[in-house]
Amino acid sequence: MPESEKTSTRNPVPPIALRRRVTDHVMTGVAVLTVVLVLVPLFAIFAYLVYRGIGSINWAFLTQTPKPVGESGGGMANAIVGSGFILALASVLGVPLGVGAGIYLAEYGRNRLGDAIRFTADVLNGVPSIVIGIVAYSIVVLYQKHFSALAGGVALAIMMIPTITRTTEEMLLLVPRALREAAYGLGIPRWRTTLSITLRTATSGVITGIMLAFARVAGETAPLLFTAFGNQFWNLRVNQPTAALPLQIFNYAISPYDEWHRQAWAGALVLIILIVSAVAAVRFAVRRGTFGAA
Amino acid sequence: MALPAPPRPDMPSSQPIETNKVSEIPSAGRRSAHSSWARGETGDKIFQFAMLGCGLAVLGTLALIVYELVLRSGPSWHAFGFKFFAGRDWDPVNEQFGALPFIYGTLVSSLLALIIAVPLAVGVAVFTTEMCPKVLRGPLSFFVELLAAIPSVVYGLWAIFVLVPILSNYVEPFLSRTLGWTGFFTGPSYGISMLAAGIILAIMIIPIISSITREVLMVVPQHQREAALALGATRWEMIRMGVLRNARAGIMGGIILGLGRALGETMAVTMVIGNRPEIAKSLFAPGYTMASVLANEFSEATGDLNLAALIEIGLALFLVTIVVNALARLLVWTVTRGQPARANA
Repeated sequence: MPESEKTSTRNPVPPIALRRRVTDHVMTGVAVLTVVLVLVPLFAIFAYLVYRGIGSINWAFLTQTPKPVGESGGGMANAIVGSGFILALASVLGVPLGVGAGIYLAEYGRNRLGDAIRFTADVLNGVPSIVIGIVAYSIVVLYQKHFSALAGGVALAIMMIPTITRTTEEMLLLVPRALREAAYGLGIPRWRTTLSITLRTATSGVITGIMLAFARVAGETAPLLFTAFGNQFWNLRVNQPTAALPLQIFNYAISPYDEWHRQAWAGALVLIILIVSAVAAVRFAVRRGTFGAA
Repeated sequence: MALPAPPRPDMPSSQPIETNKVSEIPSAGRRSAHSSWARGETGDKIFQFAMLGCGLAVLGTLALIVYELVLRSGPSWHAFGFKFFAGRDWDPVNEQFGALPFIYGTLVSSLLALIIAVPLAVGVAVFTTEMCPKVLRGPLSFFVELLAAIPSVVYGLWAIFVLVPILSNYVEPFLSRTLGWTGFFTGPSYGISMLAAGIILAIMIIPIISSITREVLMVVPQHQREAALALGATRWEMIRMGVLRNARAGIMGGIILGLGRALGETMAVTMVIGNRPEIAKSLFAPGYTMASVLANEFSEATGDLNLAALIEIGLALFLVTIVVNALARLLVWTVTRGQPARANA
C-alpha cells in the first residue's frame, strides 16, 4: 500500500479509485470472516466434546460392559475392545492387499492395467461407506447367516485398500531410481530390491498412508450397522456380532436416556483420543525406526 | 573418436573383449544355475504375480460391489422397473416401494450443503493461499483439515445436542420471521430438519472443497498474479481475474468431489434429518435420504422384496456417486495436469 502511494506521487498516475480500494478491503474482510466461520464449528465441537466427555470417563467406563437401561454406571469396555478387534481384522485383510497393489502400481504399473487399477482405486475411494456395508453384508453375513466381526472387518478393509494403495504407490515412486539401480548392480534380484530397498526406504511414508486409512475407518459407523451389528457383551469370536465404539455412540446418542447420552459423549471423546494417539504413536515409532536404520 | 591404436601384443584389442563379455554372462548364469541368481529370477516372477494379484484384487473388489448390488437388487427391479424411482410410497407392509422421497432428500440436503459450504470453503482457500501471512498458512490448513478427521458419528452427536437446539430456538424462528414468505422456511421449528442435515453436511464437506481448491490455486502460475498486479490491479482484483478465473475448473472439481461426499454421507444426516419419507417444500420439515434409509431399515428388512428395494437404493447411490466422482477427478485433472503430480516427479 505505501509503495503504490509513493509511485502515485512521483508519477501522475491516478490513484486507485475509492470503490476499488473499498472492494479490496471488503473482500479481505469476507475471506477472514469465512475462516472464522469455518473454525468456529471445529472449536465448538472439540470444546463441547471435552466439556461433556471428560466428566463421564472413569475407570468403570473403561472396564465395564453396558448396564441395562435405568441403571447408572457401566461402560463401553467391550465396545473399545471390539473396535480394536474389528480394526485388527480389517488391517490384516486390507494392509497386505493395499500395499501389494501399491507395489504393483509403482514397480510394474506403467501400462493400461496399471491405469485401470489406479482409476478403480480412486472410484472405490468415493463409494459411500454404507454401500460398502451392503456389499459386506451380502458377501459375508448372508453366507454366515448372522452378523459378525468378520463382516465388519471385510467392510472396513475394502474401505482401507484404496487409500493404502495410492499412498504406497506415491511413496515408492519417491524413492530415487539410482537406489534401485545400485541394488540391481550388486546382483540383488528385483523382488528383493523392491522389498528390502525400495519399500524399506519408503517405510515411513507407507505407514503414514496406512495410518491415514486406519484413522479414516476407525470412526466409521455406517458400514458396521449391518455387519458387526453391535453387542452388549464381550465378544472376541470372528463369527459373532461384536460391539464397536462408533456403533455404541450412535445407539446411545439416538436413545432417549440422559445416562446414555452422557456415555455417548464419553465414548466420542475416547474414540477421538484413541484415533489420534494410535496415529501419533505409530508415526513416532516409525520416525525413530527409520532414523535408527539410516 | 579415438584413432584406432595399433594392436599391441600386451593388450587385447577391443573386439575380443566385447565378444568375451557377451559370451561370459550367460555362461556365468549357467554355471550358477542353482545359486541365488537363478532363484532370483523365479522369485521375481512369483513376486510380480503376487503383486499383480493384489492389484487385480482392487479391480475385483469394485467388480464384486457392482455384481452384488445388481444381483441382489434384481427382485425389486423386476417388480417396479423405472417406477421405483418415481414412486412416493414406502410401505414395507404392503410391499410397495418408491424411492422418490429418499432421492429428493439426498439431493436437497446435498445441494443445501453445497450452497452453505462452497463460499466458505473457497473463502478459506483463497485466504490461506493468497492473503494470510506465511506463518499462519500451515496451522490454518491443519485446523481445517482436522475437521475432516472427526468421525461422522461425532458430528451427528454434536449436531443432536448442540446444533439442533440452536436451530430450533434461534435460527429457525428468525428465518421464518424474515424469510417465511418464500415458503422454504415455514412450519414448526423442531430443529430436527432438512436444514440441520444441510448444515452438518456443509461442515463435513468444507475441508474437502477447501483442500482441493487450495491445491488448485497453488498451481496457478505466479506470473498470472504478477501480471495482474503490474497492470495496477488491487489484491482482490488480482485474485478474481488472475487466480480464480484460471482455477475455476479445478475449483468446480473440488465442489463436485464435496458433493460426492455429501450424497453418500450417512450417520450425521441420519441423526438429525428426522427420517420421515415425505417431500416437503419447507426446509424445517423432516426428510429422509437414500443413505439414511439404508442405515435405519437395512438390518430390519422384513422380506426379500424389501431387502432388494433397499439394495436398489444402494445401487442408485453407488452409481450416482461414481459418476459425480469421475466428473470431479476429470475437472481437477484438467487444471493440475500441467503440473504432473508433484509427488511423482
